[in-house]
Amino acid sequence: MDQTIEHGLDTLIACPKCDALYRVGTVNKGDWGRCERCHTRLFTRRRDAGLVIISTAFASTVLVIAALFLPFIEIKRLGFSNAATIVDAALAFYGGPLFGLSLAVVALIIALPLTRLVLTLYTLTPLVLDRRPWPGAKRAFRFSEAMRPWSMAEIFVVGCAVSLIKLTDLARVEIGPAFWMFVSVVVLMAVQNMVMCRWSVWKALDR
Amino acid sequence: MTVTAREKGLIACRECARVWPVGHTRCEVCGNAIRSRDTQCLQKVWAWWIAGIIAYIPANLYPMLKTRTLFHTSEDTIIAGALDLATHGAFGIAAIILIASVAIPLGKFFAIAYLALAVRRGATWPPGRQYILYEVVEYIGRWSMIDVFVVAILCSLVQLNVAASITPGIAALTFALSVIFTMLSAQSLDPRLIWDRIEAQETKDTA
Repeated sequence: MDQTIEHGLDTLIACPKCDALYRVGTVNKGDWGRCERCHTRLFTRRRDAGLVIISTAFASTVLVIAALFLPFIEIKRLGFSNAATIVDAALAFYGGPLFGLSLAVVALIIALPLTRLVLTLYTLTPLVLDRRPWPGAKRAFRFSEAMRPWSMAEIFVVGCAVSLIKLTDLARVEIGPAFWMFVSVVVLMAVQNMVMCRWSVWKALDR
Repeated sequence: MTVTAREKGLIACRECARVWPVGHTRCEVCGNAIRSRDTQCLQKVWAWWIAGIIAYIPANLYPMLKTRTLFHTSEDTIIAGALDLATHGAFGIAAIILIASVAIPLGKFFAIAYLALAVRRGATWPPGRQYILYEVVEYIGRWSMIDVFVVAILCSLVQLNVAASITPGIAALTFALSVIFTMLSAQSLDPRLIWDRIEAQETKDTA
């Protein structure tokens, strides 16, 4: 059993959730390397993953920025009408005692998803082009990974759907273009998350 | 029988899954702080847990939304808002709101407390199921934020002069804080401690 250690530490992979230890070559049955006891995904083997990730990240960045200033829902009632952009929604609590909440919402639905996209592009673009990583790439990737649970674009989209139905009682509601743009961003981010292999990224960053 | 990094005298990095010999305090690949087990983590778990409970109480007592239509003004707490929807026949939405902002937060408080107690004292639940509970709590916790986003959307959108307007109540802030605190509480728990327990129980069973 002690052979494992002699073979060099860089061939070992430890499950971050349950500490189970594997030799890298032994877990790669099929495309998904999963931990045998807790089923955490250890790595994904996709040859073109890098390209998929940077193209989806780039598309998402463009979509998010464009979606910010277009209306995502419009309502009409008794001759009054109002359209809200995502920036409006994020700043709904602006001014007054709930100012802090406004900052939090801006961070959760705009700032963090965008930051993560930009950091992903920054870390992975040189790797895909077979260049040396750009300076600070490790820190950028670590920050981006730490922000993962706090980036809540997909929850916001479901929130939109709930609000829509809530409002149909009160007024006539129309869905704007930004809503669909955000929906596609969520889909793109899910794809990106599926093909992203943290193990390979760290390995490439360490070269 | 699974071999863990600790049994091999190694410390695993939870960020990049590399392993290092005992004595390392920082991962050389990604720069993350590493330790074999975060034995102090229960203190952090309980501290955030208590903060979450404290924020959750006013979130239920104070109004989340203040709705003003032409002849009618109402202030709704989370539960009153959901019940109001149900009386209007929107049972689906009422259910989503009740699940996202009552059932999930309460379930999370119980689940985190159970896991934290189980790590220290052992548990009656069969091995493995505790870990599933941990995964569910980690995955589902962020979704409670949905109600805050719905409030943000409604408040930014429904500003129709005299016809109708919606403004946020103080509960939106404390509810958001409660969600953030419980997310931090769940994140603080080192899942490897759960597996140590499971493993200890398995060895006892087979002996």
